[in-house]
Amino acid sequence: MSGQTVPADFSGHMLDLDEDEDLEVFSKNTSLADGSSMPNSPSSMVNQYRLEEDEEEQQDTNTKDLFITVDNPESQVTAIETFIMYRVLTKTTRSEFDSSEYEVHRRYQDFLWLRSRLEENHPTLIVHPLPEKFVMKGMVERFNEDFIETRRKALHRFLNKISEHPILSFSQHFNVFLTAQELTSHKKQGPGFLSRMGETVRSVANSVRGLKSRPEEFTFMQEYVEDFSSKICSVDKVTQRIIKEQREYLDELKQYGPVYAQWAGSEGDLGEPLKAVAGCVERCSKETEENNQHLSEVLAPALHEYILCAETLKLQEEVDGLSDRMEMANDALKGDWSHWKKSMRSDLRSAFISTAEKNVDYYEKCLAVWESFLLSQRVEPIEQRDGEDVS
Amino acid sequence: MMADSADSADSADSGTNEVAVIGNTDLTSSESENNLINTMVERGTALLRKMEINVTEAEKRTGKNTVNMQETYTVYLIETRPAEAFPEGGQPSAPDTLWRRYSEFELLRNYLLVTYPFVVIPPLPEKRAEFVWHKLSADNLDPDFVERRRVGLENFLLRVASHRVLSDDEIFICFLTEEKKWKDAVLETGFQDKADSRLKSLSAMFRVKNPDQQFTALKHSSDELNTVISQLLRVRAKVADRLYGVYKVHGNYGRVFSEWSAIEKEMGDGLQSAGHHMDTYATSIDDILEEEEHYADQLKEYLFYTDAVRSVCKKQDLIQYELEMAAQDLANKKQQRDELINGTVRIFSLKGMTSKLFGQDSQEQRETKLAALAQSIEEGEEAVMEKNKECREFCKTAWADIELFKEQKDRDLREALISYAIMQISMCKKGIQVWSNAKECFNKIHTCTPTLI
Repeated sequence: MSGQTVPADFSGHMLDLDEDEDLEVFSKNTSLADGSSMPNSPSSMVNQYRLEEDEEEQQDTNTKDLFITVDNPESQVTAIETFIMYRVLTKTTRSEFDSSEYEVHRRYQDFLWLRSRLEENHPTLIVHPLPEKFVMKGMVERFNEDFIETRRKALHRFLNKISEHPILSFSQHFNVFLTAQELTSHKKQGPGFLSRMGETVRSVANSVRGLKSRPEEFTFMQEYVEDFSSKICSVDKVTQRIIKEQREYLDELKQYGPVYAQWAGSEGDLGEPLKAVAGCVERCSKETEENNQHLSEVLAPALHEYILCAETLKLQEEVDGLSDRMEMANDALKGDWSHWKKSMRSDLRSAFISTAEKNVDYYEKCLAVWESFLLSQRVEPIEQRDGEDVS
Repeated sequence: MMADSADSADSADSGTNEVAVIGNTDLTSSESENNLINTMVERGTALLRKMEINVTEAEKRTGKNTVNMQETYTVYLIETRPAEAFPEGGQPSAPDTLWRRYSEFELLRNYLLVTYPFVVIPPLPEKRAEFVWHKLSADNLDPDFVERRRVGLENFLLRVASHRVLSDDEIFICFLTEEKKWKDAVLETGFQDKADSRLKSLSAMFRVKNPDQQFTALKHSSDELNTVISQLLRVRAKVADRLYGVYKVHGNYGRVFSEWSAIEKEMGDGLQSAGHHMDTYATSIDDILEEEEHYADQLKEYLFYTDAVRSVCKKQDLIQYELEMAAQDLANKKQQRDELINGTVRIFSLKGMTSKLFGQDSQEQRETKLAALAQSIEEGEEAVMEKNKECREFCKTAWADIELFKEQKDRDLREALISYAIMQISMCKKGIQVWSNAKECFNKIHTCTPTLI
């Protein structure tokens, strides 16, 4: 999912996407070139990002020329192992690419390889993080549907973030990743390289700490990253807690409606309103479920991604702090840093807006449910009164 | 079932009215409750046409109890005033007032239970808080509990005052008007002696040979209602508990956004103000759930009503049993007389055995016995007639009261469901407001930096 929506005049270059809801954003938006209000369809709001009045100067949407999607996770079984293969579709008008369309298949390992290459070759730039290799908490199978879907979305975002980057998107490794049918021949080193490199860097960093005079901007950035990391973790914790509480609320709600229905069964006249209330409670619990799901699918992953970003940035500083080419690193990093911050604000702002909108939508739907119940009940007294008058 | 063409004009008008009424979904539950009370007053008894009754205040008192220990208890202020106390634009006249504690209400109710066993006696609000969810206090002295109890006690008095039979009772009127004299008056009725025997009979295990179909069915449906309302109250309390948790956790966003905003130049304001709305959201649940307790109280009233219905059924059972006993007794006596006449001993009796052992009675003795039996049989027949009459009358009056009760129940509970819907609507509207505000705050977050870092 890219950080910008696609304006109408690029419809010719739009990808032929399958029906994934979260990808509807490309096909439904036709009026966003002027940065006007968002479309109202709730499904198109999932993972959708809003245009700001002040345009980003780095990557103008009108010049976006590289479109990537990650989809179709498929299980692959070999003699040695089982893993998931993702389809990576690319459409582009860039001259660096021989063709305008590519379809390749990649596994998680391949993404790791790509990222390590990018970091290696551009040590001073901020490379977007990948979703975690393993899930730490809970016993989530690697082949669990939700896990695969969450990972797929994150991989999609990763590639799109790279594609938006003015420097990284032109990386040769990136090109190869997107285009080569067989990646094995291009992989000279294993995926463990990055982590090994990271450790080496860190240990060297610790030994030379204090010997280099760091420019003020670095210290500022360092402090910010530390703070940001802890704040974003807090927001994430609160969000996770809300998801949990809402789930427990939903469990109780599911027991609530049926009691009204049961009661209705043993009543005469009172049965009708009781049954209606049972229906209302049921409909509201469906909406609650959807609302909670939205939280898990939009806000939680966005926050999680930036937690990973913060971790990446912490590592990044170590590398940058050591760079001998301090001046060059400064400028490249400054630009990248600004780009990253803007991206962060935009992404998180969108996620929060989406969450708020979903909540409004949830309450509006529940409101309609109860109002229609009231309407159905208010009609009857008239009939009763008429009856009394007549008799 | 739409009205026919003759009424179409009316229904068209009322149709418009109804739509307008729907617009006013801001009716609070207390207003809805007032509507309920007004309905009772409208269907007025003579008492309510004369007198306005309110329970307006509650106060804590301390004093020595029967075992000379200090105790704290709550008293409630009963206000009564003549019903036409509001002349156009004039000042309402000062009400007569007296203080009563819960135990006095209990005494009154017990008196009514014994004195009018064929009436479904309105229940008192619960003695102790039940079906509590965690934040709700189970303490009898908790102000929220006291307030709800005040409302419940007022409700009780109005229910009694609007009952065509109960409202005429002198002890009841005395309860409302004579603070000190009342207790003696109620004890003088000697109802407690009847109460003791009644208690015995209620708990006694007796079998009725020919149970009344209607009353048996009523007992079953009343038990069923009791079960289902209990379950509903239990689940509702759990739902309330969980909902409380959801809202309160959102309050953490307030704190966290505030901290985060301190390190952000561009996002700071938006986050901070959004955080305030999250705080508002979190605190809103307290009022929402407090109002829902009124709904729970309306359900509880009918839960306790099922006990009153059960009482009436039990009493009917008892009278039926007594009738059967009287009939059986009469049958036995008749049998004895027949045997005496025919000289056969069918029924084992000591007299019969002794006469067998020690010889037959003389003619004179037999005649004395027969005369005594004849007398006894006559008395027995009268007793059966009386009991029969009592039974029939009881069934008739009780069933009439029960029919009225059923209608009342359906009406009241339907109103309760409507007021519940109104509460839900109010909650949704608040939710829409808060989240729309939060969204506006998020919207204001700028993504562009005026200057690079």
